[in-house]
Amino acid sequence: METLALLVDGFSVALSPQNLFLAVVGCFLGTLMGALPGLGPANGVAILIPIAFSLGLGPIPSLILLTSVYYGAMYGGRISSILLNIPGDEPAMMTCLDGYPMAKNGQAGEALSLGGIASFFGAFVATIGLVILAPQLVKIALLFGPAEYFVLFTVAFATLGGVSSTNQAKSAFAAALGLGIAMIGSDSQTGSQRFTFGEIHLFDGIDFLIAIVGLFALSEVLIFLEHHRGGAVGSAGATKVGRILPDFGMIKRCMPSIARGTGLGFFSGVLPGAGASLGSFLAYSLEKQSVDRDGKSFGKGDPRGVAAPEAGNNAAAGGALVPMLSLGVPGSGTTAVLLAVLLQLNITPGPLLFTKNPDVVWGLIAALFIGNIILLLMNVPLVGLFTRVLLVPTRILMPVVAMISFVGIYSITGSTFDVMLMVGFGFAGWLLRKLDVPLVPVILGILLGNQMEVNLRRAMTISDGDWLALVGSPLAIILWLIAIAGFVLPMFVGRRVKDRMDAQRHDEEASVGD
Amino acid sequence: MSDRIFGGFGLALAIFYIWAASIIKDSFMVDVVGPRAFPYIVGTVLGLTSLYFIIRPDEEPKWPGLRDFAEMLFATAVMFLYAWSLSEIGFVIATTFATAYLTWRLGTTPLWSFVVGLLTAIGIYVVFHLILGLALAEGPLGF
Repeated sequence: METLALLVDGFSVALSPQNLFLAVVGCFLGTLMGALPGLGPANGVAILIPIAFSLGLGPIPSLILLTSVYYGAMYGGRISSILLNIPGDEPAMMTCLDGYPMAKNGQAGEALSLGGIASFFGAFVATIGLVILAPQLVKIALLFGPAEYFVLFTVAFATLGGVSSTNQAKSAFAAALGLGIAMIGSDSQTGSQRFTFGEIHLFDGIDFLIAIVGLFALSEVLIFLEHHRGGAVGSAGATKVGRILPDFGMIKRCMPSIARGTGLGFFSGVLPGAGASLGSFLAYSLEKQSVDRDGKSFGKGDPRGVAAPEAGNNAAAGGALVPMLSLGVPGSGTTAVLLAVLLQLNITPGPLLFTKNPDVVWGLIAALFIGNIILLLMNVPLVGLFTRVLLVPTRILMPVVAMISFVGIYSITGSTFDVMLMVGFGFAGWLLRKLDVPLVPVILGILLGNQMEVNLRRAMTISDGDWLALVGSPLAIILWLIAIAGFVLPMFVGRRVKDRMDAQRHDEEASVGD
Repeated sequence: MSDRIFGGFGLALAIFYIWAASIIKDSFMVDVVGPRAFPYIVGTVLGLTSLYFIIRPDEEPKWPGLRDFAEMLFATAVMFLYAWSLSEIGFVIATTFATAYLTWRLGTTPLWSFVVGLLTAIGIYVVFHLILGLALAEGPLGF
């Protein structure tokens, strides 16, 4: 009941006119970014963080704006999947499989509204799940000491590659690279300068926003340049939407699929290293196995094949917030970017956030509920508006995106050195993506590096330099076992899962993170 | 082969990193493990994974052709130049040219690229600077 009271307080925060306005703006921008191929939720939020801060918004309003963008992008991803057979972001990949055939059969409008409703259901249930599960996880997290926290961060890195990772060495390399970058600057414990080589710009360390925007947004622009995709994403013919009002009979038939997709999605969102892409993949493939075993209708425009993955990826988006908020450990690219938002606001997520800043947590959760309703309203009747965006040629769109990223970084740091550094990160990001090195662990390393080290050093101080303290409690040993399992398991099944995902996604380009 | 070269670079980076960690000076404050222990761990992971890339490289990625690669290097160079020129010639002029370049290289005709560049620069200036009040680079002309 206490939770309920806190949630009511949260609603009073989120329903203030300014916050409500920001939620609408965020939902709109998010849907827009989700709809555009190449600009996934991670990119969208990354580009907007510096801008939100330069505007001088307070912690709660910025959080509301940026999480609305996050949820919005998850909704928007389906639009280009259905209309163009190009996923707007990686989690929307599975929606292509039945969404596009539905559009070809002249049911684009129905597919879009069904997808919107499935998204709403998935996200709504997942947010309820967040309300129930997060406080429970906080209770466990309060038992953690520095040693356990250090191991928890290790778990995050070990599992981040995800079950579809084919080369764990590359995930580990990426994580070490990020951690290494985080060490640059003055040491928080003793004040020694580390890796600065007398360069004054480096004394404060490298701002993680520069790395995030460079690695995510700019490398995306370079990928576009490489492929010379000049024309508009949408051609006039493909954007015929048809009737938009949902067909209630169809929705009723899809309800079981939506419910199953939601459950699976939420589950894979909460698990470290799974994320929304896996959520929608699992939702789709299990749905296919349970209702269409002979492959008669799936892949040919079965509405259930749109409903299940859409519910799945939106539920996963909500589920991913559980570990991020209650433990401070994100499990996917986008939640890593949301962690950056919190750190930038000087809010350290984790169990203490729930006791020290309940207004932030519950205001945010209430904003998610409200954002979800706004998104449903925006995405079902107004979906035609968003399909128009697909008509803007990418050759114009991508440079504009690049410029807005520059504006954000410049306005927050005011330094041309930092902007150049961002370009450097952009190029490095392109190179790493070419070499199949995941970028999310790099980002997470930069974000968590200092906390991870501080916890290690605190643990060592408590144990007076005895490294065995890291395996000194049953909780720590359990966490180590999870870390080892999470790291080793993909070596055996990673190739198979990845092949199956690839087999279903055709040869489409996918965006970074999920 | 790409992975092997990458591994070689990684190994060099790891050695450099560990060396750079070894010369970190202690300050007057001391704790049990000191400022070097964690960087040593990180450097070791970098080194070991790089060795793995050398021993067991993945399949060759699809690299762009020489022309496309030059294209990307130029684009990166233009963005560097853009960052540097922001404080020299001001936001609007720098952005016009940088956007025009990128738009042109993505396949717009030169004249239209210039128009797009100018419109983008003015659009961003109006929305982000005049309306939202963000600080943008000011050149000698004040915009």
